[in-house]
Amino acid sequence: MSYPADLKYTKEHEWIKVNGSSATIGITDYAQESLGDIVFVDLPKPGSEITAGKTFGTVESVKAVSDLYAPASGTVKEVNGDLATAPEKINKEANSTWMVKVTLKNPDELKSLLSAADYEKFVKEEGGH
Amino acid sequence: MPAVEATTPTIRKTALNAVHRQMGAKMVEFNGWDMPVEYPSAGGIMAEHNAVRTGVGIFDVSHMGDIRLAGPGALEAVQHISMNDAARLAVGQAQYSALLYPEGTFVDDVIVHRLSEEEYLLVINAGTREKDFDWVRDNTRKFGCAVEALSDDFTQIAIQGPKGVNLLQKLTDADLSTVKFYWVTRGTVCGLKNILIARTGYTGEDGFEVYIPADEATSERVWKEILSAGKEFGAVPCGLGARNTLRLEAKLPLYGHEISDTINVWEAGLDRFIKMEKPEFIGRAALEKAKAAGVKQTLVGLEMVERGIARDSYKVLDEVGKDVGYVTSGSPAPFLKKNIALAYVPPALAEIGTKLKVEIRGQGVGAQVVPTPFYKRPKKN
Repeated sequence: MSYPADLKYTKEHEWIKVNGSSATIGITDYAQESLGDIVFVDLPKPGSEITAGKTFGTVESVKAVSDLYAPASGTVKEVNGDLATAPEKINKEANSTWMVKVTLKNPDELKSLLSAADYEKFVKEEGGH
Repeated sequence: MPAVEATTPTIRKTALNAVHRQMGAKMVEFNGWDMPVEYPSAGGIMAEHNAVRTGVGIFDVSHMGDIRLAGPGALEAVQHISMNDAARLAVGQAQYSALLYPEGTFVDDVIVHRLSEEEYLLVINAGTREKDFDWVRDNTRKFGCAVEALSDDFTQIAIQGPKGVNLLQKLTDADLSTVKFYWVTRGTVCGLKNILIARTGYTGEDGFEVYIPADEATSERVWKEILSAGKEFGAVPCGLGARNTLRLEAKLPLYGHEISDTINVWEAGLDRFIKMEKPEFIGRAALEKAKAAGVKQTLVGLEMVERGIARDSYKVLDEVGKDVGYVTSGSPAPFLKKNIALAYVPPALAEIGTKLKVEIRGQGVGAQVVPTPFYKRPKKN
């Protein structure tokens, strides 16, 4: 499993990739591995507001339903339409398969997120592996 | 997704637990058991599921329980506690049946095997092992038979799928071509003599379940020999995830979902397996009354027609959004590639083609009543 250093992470297993005032959000390699075969993604419509720490969507595997938590607050600019028909992309490339693109509301929020090294340490403790 | 924590300090493990872990299985707690849910090395639930539909998959189902009834009164005892007609069983034959409460609801569903003239083996669910044993013992005291819990004596391995017969035939001297579906035989398996081999399963496919001694060394050796003999057929180890999606496609009930202590036989639609012509069995009187009164809810198959996955315990709504029932089991169906569910609804809404909705995260999502089983295995020529 890999956790790129240019991403920031949540303890709920989302990543965020920041590019100036906008960002893309996805789930981590650990999350996709824990879920197993991903078959369904429910995402907010463009224009919706998402709030740091609150759920903004759902990801489902054959076996499990899991909420998505926003790493930061913002307005959804774009939704990855490929995921409606090919959600398994997340299993194949979790780190590069973004779910939503957002315009960030308060970049200061990013400071509370985990670095790749901290996240890796966190999942080792959580997963016991 | 927090790590799964044991709900009791004494979580149970099958003799193959260490082997599953070595093989990288993802483990979950199921009814007090630490069991593999899927094997990422085998490709995960979908790959495991499809291997069983098209080739063969191997399951550790040692968490299932076993009760043996033996003695001159064994048949009478089995007849008293189960709803199917065990008198129809020849030696070596098995049947699907259920243990019922006096109310006509379910203690458990079981497979009854007639092992010899006066000897029956009930295969029961993991989560109801102790309850079932107590029930069987308490309700068979007046019959001349011994009741024995054999649950811990066996490692039960299921070899399921159209290629299962080819795989197992490589490992046994028993002629499997003479063993019909829902019949049992005994033979040498992997060098172990006198092993019980049943042509049964919980996947909707042809397949076998073998009952081998439960010590860890033997269990590990047999598990590995089966997998290795299955290589040429593409055999994969399978977990409880695939077991659940397979049984759902085939509409096989799961205790606590489609059947329970509050659901009766008519509601569950298991009419085919109850023999009301039997003069007496526990639950019969209540079911006679219930039949005359008619059912308030009935089990139907649903297919999602809009985007969404129905899950266990989601509400079922009618077309105008009124709460009319609930989902007992719902999942993507990996072989059928549809989102399917079993649900209880009023009989008036049970007709094939009826448009319903399933409430998913507060939204009514379109579904339709469809014929079941969702999947039926192709008949052999």
